[in-house]
This record gives sequence, C-alpha cells and structure tokens, in this order.
Amino acid sequence: MFDELFPNGVTHYLAGGAGIGAAIGMIYLLTGRIAGISSFFSAIHSWWSHLPFFQQRYLRNERTWKSVLVIGLIVGAAVFTIGCGEVFTTEVQWWRLLIGGVLVGFGTRTARGCTSGHGICGISSLVPPSIAATLIFMGVAIITAHIVAALGVTP
Amino acid sequence: MTRTLVLVLIGGVLFGFGLAWSTMAQPEVVLSFLTLDDFGLALVMGAALAVSLPIYQLAPRCMNKPTAGESFERIPRRVKPSTIIGGMIFGIGWGLSGVCPGAGVASLGIGNWPILFALIGMALGAYAQGVLASRKPATHPHETDSVSAT
Repeated sequence: MFDELFPNGVTHYLAGGAGIGAAIGMIYLLTGRIAGISSFFSAIHSWWSHLPFFQQRYLRNERTWKSVLVIGLIVGAAVFTIGCGEVFTTEVQWWRLLIGGVLVGFGTRTARGCTSGHGICGISSLVPPSIAATLIFMGVAIITAHIVAALGVTP
Repeated sequence: MTRTLVLVLIGGVLFGFGLAWSTMAQPEVVLSFLTLDDFGLALVMGAALAVSLPIYQLAPRCMNKPTAGESFERIPRRVKPSTIIGGMIFGIGWGLSGVCPGAGVASLGIGNWPILFALIGMALGAYAQGVLASRKPATHPHETDSVSAT
C-alpha cells in the first residue's frame, strides 16, 4: 500500500518540503514578507511597461526583492544539483510547457497567488481565499493531467 | 533594505534547495502526482506546511514586528470571483505542463533549460492578465489590495 502511494520513497519529499517550509517561514519571521513567486512575473513588467497596471505601487515595491528571491531559488537549486552531480532535463514537450506556462501566468495573476503564495503562505495564514484557490487549482490540475494522459500525450 | 535583501536571498537559496531536493523542480514528478501515480507532492506540501504554518500563526501574535522589518504582510481574507476563476485557469496550465512558478524558476537551477518555454509563457500570461485588467472599469482599484498573495 505504502509502496504503491510512494513508489520513489518518501525521504526526499519530506526533507525537501521541510526546507521549503523553513525558507518561507524564515522569510516571514525575519522580514514579514510573503514569499509567493507568481507576482514576480507581474512585477518584472514594471521595469519596462508604461501601463498603469504594472506601475502600481505594490508591483514597483515588490520587483527588487522578488527578483532577489528568484535569484536565490535558482542558486539554491543549482547548489543542490552540483552537490549531487546530476543535471536534469525534462522530456515534457515544449508546447505543453509554453501553453501551460501562459495559462499558469495568466491564472496565478488573476487569482493573485500560486502554489507558494496561496498553497503554502496562504494556507499557513488560514485565509479562506487561499484555501479555496488551492483546492480548486489542485482539483482542476488533476483532472487536466488525466485528460492529457488519456489523450495519449506523452511525455 | 540591504539587510532585508540579504535575508530574502538566504531564504531564497534554502527555498530553491528544498524544491530541487523534493524533485518538484522536475515537471515529470509533479505530473506523476497529478495523474495520481506518486503522492509525493502531498508529502512535500504537508512537510512545508508543518514548518511554515506555526510560524505564520505565531509570529504575528508573539512579535510586534518582524526581526528585520516594519510589519507582517497579511493576505486579504475576502474570496473574490477572480480567485476562483484564476485558480481554475492556473489548474489547467499546471495540469498541462507540470510547472508552477516557484518550481519553474528553481528548475533553471537544476539545469533544465527547456523550462525556459514555461517561464517565457508565464511572463507572457502575466502580461496578458495586466493588459486585460487595465481594460476593466476601475471599480475596485488594485491599490486597495493591501497585499498581493503571491
């Protein structure tokens, strides 16, 4: 039963998850900031776009520290990869990544949060919109992945 | 400000390290959860929440302000239609690609260059959302949102 649910073991999931939680908790405890990532993808447009939407104060205030956070994410993942000496390249087809990415960017910014902002920070805050958003995007993603797999799209 | 950015950078490095270790930076692993072949992602979320939830609950109650900041940001408590609609659109994209914003960014660090397709897509999608939101009559000015959830 246990092996069926977790065919690849559980240690790396628990250790990695605890690291993610510790990072998000540490940032909140020390700086008071909510370490969601999706707003980075809106905030970067404030560097060049003259649209009033992207020049809103909250995006201009966030763009520097969210960029630093994103650099940290890349460095941290690279440190782990150098440490274990195994580079990973996905086999998922480019059009799935691109079209999926557009929907992820549009959807997370409409919902104002993603897996980190709503899924971890929001649930940790026990706020209704984040709990609702997480249940919805998880449910819809599970349905979508099943449809894609049923259509025979692999990988 | 510099002190804040240094702390954010350290936190970001730990965040990315955790995403790589948990293998959530690999779209295939996320997809194997979404097709219910490997429930690992639920363990990752559970372990993350086990650490972050007590901190998020206790810190604002027990401290007047963060160690190196003015105040604790709060996520608005009101559920808006956009929360639901956006969550559904995000879910379709996540189910198609196996990539979410944090894991996508960390994926660059594990050497997964094709993830650039997803990251460029996210930047385009976020831009489209801004353009669309600009066209709507400003009945709810976004400035009134004290905090963006993500």
